[in-house]
Amino acid sequence: MIQKILSYDTPRSIALSMLLLCIFAGLALAPFLFPGVRTVDTAARICIFIVLVASYDLLLGYGGIVSFAHTMFFGVGAYSVALTSLHLGRGFDALILGAAIGAVLATCLAAAIGLFSLRVRAIFFAMITLAVASALAVLVSQFSDLTGGEDGLTFKLPRELGPAFKFGQTLFDGTVFGVKLNGKLLTYYLVFGTSLVLFLITLRLVNAPFGRVLQAIRENEFRAEAIGYRVVHYKIAATCLSAAIASCAGALYAIWLRYVGPSTTLSLELMIDILLILVIGGMGTIYGAVIGATLFLLTENYLQAAMGRLTSGIGDIPVVSALLSPDRWLLWMGILFIVSVYCFPKGIVGHFRKDP
Amino acid sequence: MTHAPEHNPQIQQMTLQQRLAPAWPGLLVPLLMCAGFALTLNPSSWLTLTLSGLAMGLMIFIMASGMTLVFGLMDVINFGHGAFVSLGAFVGVSVLFALGHLTAAPSVALNLLAVLMAICAGMAATALAGWAFERVIVKPVQGNHLNQILVTVGGLIVAEQLIIVLWGPEEIYFTRPEALKGSFIIGSIAVEKFRLVAVCIGIVVFAAMHFVLRRTKIGLIVRAGVQNGEMVEALGYRLRQVFVAVFVTGCALAGLGGVMWALYQEVITAHMGNQAMILIFIVVIIGGLGSIEGCFIGALLVGLLQNYVAFVEPKLALVSNIGLMVAILVWRPMGLIPVVKAK
Repeated sequence: MIQKILSYDTPRSIALSMLLLCIFAGLALAPFLFPGVRTVDTAARICIFIVLVASYDLLLGYGGIVSFAHTMFFGVGAYSVALTSLHLGRGFDALILGAAIGAVLATCLAAAIGLFSLRVRAIFFAMITLAVASALAVLVSQFSDLTGGEDGLTFKLPRELGPAFKFGQTLFDGTVFGVKLNGKLLTYYLVFGTSLVLFLITLRLVNAPFGRVLQAIRENEFRAEAIGYRVVHYKIAATCLSAAIASCAGALYAIWLRYVGPSTTLSLELMIDILLILVIGGMGTIYGAVIGATLFLLTENYLQAAMGRLTSGIGDIPVVSALLSPDRWLLWMGILFIVSVYCFPKGIVGHFRKDP
Repeated sequence: MTHAPEHNPQIQQMTLQQRLAPAWPGLLVPLLMCAGFALTLNPSSWLTLTLSGLAMGLMIFIMASGMTLVFGLMDVINFGHGAFVSLGAFVGVSVLFALGHLTAAPSVALNLLAVLMAICAGMAATALAGWAFERVIVKPVQGNHLNQILVTVGGLIVAEQLIIVLWGPEEIYFTRPEALKGSFIIGSIAVEKFRLVAVCIGIVVFAAMHFVLRRTKIGLIVRAGVQNGEMVEALGYRLRQVFVAVFVTGCALAGLGGVMWALYQEVITAHMGNQAMILIFIVVIIGGLGSIEGCFIGALLVGLLQNYVAFVEPKLALVSNIGLMVAILVWRPMGLIPVVKAK
C-alpha cells in the first residue's frame, strides 16, 4: 500500500526513511506539536516549498533543463488566485477557478517559451527564461492598476478559512489538545493536504516511463533521440508539467498568506532559494526537495536570528561583523551552494542513498 | 565510344534577394532607425532618441562582447558576468569620488583624466576578479553546462553580496564630472555630452576588437578556436591559455561597460549587474552565441528599440526587447550571425 502510494520509489535508506517520516509527522501534526503563529507559518511554508522545489526537480534533476522562470509560474498561480478572489468575491469557487486559470496560463507560457527556445539549444532556455521572468516581474510592478505594483494585493479568503470561523464547539468544546479549532487550522490542513497530493503526483510522474525518458535525455540526449524518443516533445512536456505544479504551489502560497506581491512570489531571490534547496537536498531524487526545504526554511528562520545575536556579541570589528550580519545570509548560502555543487553534487539525499 | 552529352553551363546572375541575404542582419539597424522615425515623426526627438539608443546599445555591446566570445571559444556560459559589471561600476565610482578635486575642476582635460583613471581602475579590478573567478569557479566545471550554470549563478550571488559587504547595501548617487554634464545644442537638437562620449568609446572598442580579431595572429587563433577548437590544439596552440586571456579581457570589458553604465545612470546598486544581465542575454541570443558582429548588431537593435518604445510607451520597453528576441529566433533560430561550429 505504502509502496503504491510512493510509486515504488521508496527512500531506500533507513536513515533517510526515518528523517522523512519525522518531517512528515512534524508537518502533519504541526499545529498540535508546535502551537504558535510563527511555527505553523513556517510549517505551511515548508509544505509549499516542498511542492515548488519538487516540481523544479522534475525539470532540473530529471530533465537536466535549467530554468529561471520557475518563480514566474509560481507567481502566475499566486496572482491568478488573488485576482479571481478580488474580482469574484470571497468563495471557494473563486479559489478553485483562480488555481485552474493559473495552471492553464502557466502551462501555456511554459509551452510557448519551450517551443521557441528548447528546439534550438538547451542553453538558450536558461537565458531566455531568465530574461522573460525578469521582464514579467518588471511588468507586474509597473501595471499597478491590475496587480497592485510593488505593494501587491491583499484579498479575503472564504469565511470558513478565516480565524473567526469556529467549529466543533459541541463535539470537542472548540479545542483539541489545547488547540483552537478555527479557520486558520482548516487553512493549514488545506495547504498540507494539497501539497501532499501534489508531491505524490510529482513522485508518480518521475517514476512513470515519462520520468525514465527524461533521465535518459539528461544522461545522453543524442542517444535518447537515436532510440526514437522525440526529445523536444519530452522536454516541453516536462516544462509544462512542472509549470502547472509550480503554479498550484503559488496558489497555495497566496491562500496561506492572503497576500501576493512581487517580492514574495516573483523575485530572483526566491529563484535562488529554490536552486539552493534543490542542490543542497539532492537533485534528481524528489525526496531531496523535502529534506532541502525543511532544512533551508528552518535555518533561514532560526539561524538568521542566531547570526544576529552573534554579530551583536562580536561587537564592531569592521569587516567581520559585516560578513556575519544576518543580512548577509545569502552570501553564506551562495558559498554553501558552490561548495555543494562541487563536493556533493548529489546532495543530502544522494549521500544517504547509495544507488546501484 | 559515346560522346559526352551536350552541356553548356551558364552563369546565372544572382537575384537581388540572394545578394541581399548575407547583408540582412546589418540592414536591420538602419531599418529600425527608419521605423523609429515613423514612430516619432519629429526629427529633433528622433535624433535624440537615436543617439541615446546608440549610446545604450554600444554600452551593452561592450558588456556583452566578452560573454559571447567566452562562450564561442570554450563553450562556457557565464551567468556571473553581471557581477563584473557591478564590480567595475563600484570601483570606477569609488575612484571618481577619490578624485573629487579632478572631477569638480572646470578643466575638460582634468575631468576626462579622472574618467579615464576610473575606467582603468574598474577594468583592472574586474580583470583581476575575472582571473580569480575563472580559476576558482569556472575551471573545475568546464564541459558540463548544467554545473556551469549552477556554479556561476552561485558565484554571482557571492560576488553581489561581497559588493554589499564592501560598499554597503544603499544605492550610491553621484554626479558626472563637470565636462560631461549637460548637452550641446545644435539648432533645435540637444545632444547630451556623455552619450556622445559613450558612442565614441563604444565605436573605438568595436573597431579595436574587430582589428584584433581580423588582423592579428591572436585574433586568428581565437576565431579558429571558435570554429574548431580541437583542430587549433592539434596545430600546437594552447587554447586553454588563450581562453583564460579572452575570459579576463571579457571581464575587463564588462568592467568598462559597468563604469560607463554607472556614469550614464548616475546611480549604482549592487543589483545593477543583474539588470544589465537581462539585456546582455537578449543581445547575445539575438546576435548568435559566439559572434562579435552579431553581438554588435544585436546590441544596437536592442538599444534603439528600447529607446523608441520607451518614448511611445515606457512600460513596454523591456517587453519589446523580448518580442524582438522572439521574432529573431523565429526568423533565424541560431541568431543573426550564427558561428559555424564543428561540434
